[in-house]
Amino acid sequence: MNPVNYLYLAALLFTIGAVGVLVRRNAIVLFMCVELMLNACNLALVTFSRLHGNLDGQIIAFFTMVVAAAEVVVGLAIIVSVFRTRHSASVDDTNLMKL
Amino acid sequence: MTSTGEAVQFWVLAVVAVGGALGMVLCRKAVHSALCLAGTMIALAICYMAEGAVFLGIVQIVVYTGAIMMLFLFVVMLVGVSSADSVKEVLKGQRVAAVVGGLGFGVLLCAGIANANLHSFQGVGAANQAAGGNVPGLAALIFTRYVWAFEVTGALLITAAVGAMVLTHREATEVKQSQRELAEQRVRLGTQVTPLPAPGVYARHNAVDAPGLLPDGTPAEISVNPTLRQRGQMRHLGSDLLRRMGELEQSTAGWLGRKAPKPRSGAELARVESEETEQREVESK
Repeated sequence: MNPVNYLYLAALLFTIGAVGVLVRRNAIVLFMCVELMLNACNLALVTFSRLHGNLDGQIIAFFTMVVAAAEVVVGLAIIVSVFRTRHSASVDDTNLMKL
Repeated sequence: MTSTGEAVQFWVLAVVAVGGALGMVLCRKAVHSALCLAGTMIALAICYMAEGAVFLGIVQIVVYTGAIMMLFLFVVMLVGVSSADSVKEVLKGQRVAAVVGGLGFGVLLCAGIANANLHSFQGVGAANQAAGGNVPGLAALIFTRYVWAFEVTGALLITAAVGAMVLTHREATEVKQSQRELAEQRVRLGTQVTPLPAPGVYARHNAVDAPGLLPDGTPAEISVNPTLRQRGQMRHLGSDLLRRMGELEQSTAGWLGRKAPKPRSGAELARVESEETEQREVESK
């Protein structure tokens, strides 16, 4: 088996995550889809690191994880504060600035 | 080429990961989506380890499935477990367009990978060995070449923590009501002055989901916790149980020489019986 298969898996997971972001309406599930996309990118980075035989790809994947953790903390805080004011976690209900 | 063992492992894990991802997108309840995503992340962690990124595999399990997914589950708990996604389409044809666009995007990505010149690979074994292991190798890079990025991520994490605290902080806009004020308000409203009745007062059923019975034998729905009522988990007492209890009351009254209590109204029994037949029909289907 060629390690390129890992790249195909990453591409597939990224696509599923992107479709999920477009299709779903629940803000929490949207965040999970974004997490899946970040994970797919990490898999691609680790595979590149293996293909090229150096550790820089793993370092970038590590930083991606840190940024993902920060993003989740702020994003979930936003979801909770929106839920308190609008009593809904659906992104369709967040339409206060709509004309 | 990699070993056969890794090939077998890859195909098993790829099926698990893609299945979890599809399950996450397709499940209507947020909790199920979170569990599917946790499965996908564990599969990816094993993939990392198989590719020589042992440290990242462990970090993936500890940080992602351990911390981030638990954070997700906590927010699902706060927002409400039952908050299922709406099936209503706000933008017409958006879902179909999203799926078609996603398919096209995936084909483009795969075509790009297929056309790339990636026929040989080196493996990270040599790089790991040169530094004396995967963790020392990563540490040497983080604290030399990437030390600036490392410092900036530290600042980012602190900012995120402060931001989360600021966003979820709530100022107390009204004074907390004391017990006396609550009691006065209850009397003023007059809807339910006394404490709520307890559920399941008959010895046969003392579970919290069984409603207590009023003196005339009708179930007091108010005695069941409102959460259970909203979820539809209130236990319905069968009609024959109600009838038997009515007979018991009659015979007790006879023994004690008291006036018999008013027999249970026919409408109530008919309602319970019709519910039972409905349930039986649903079960037989």
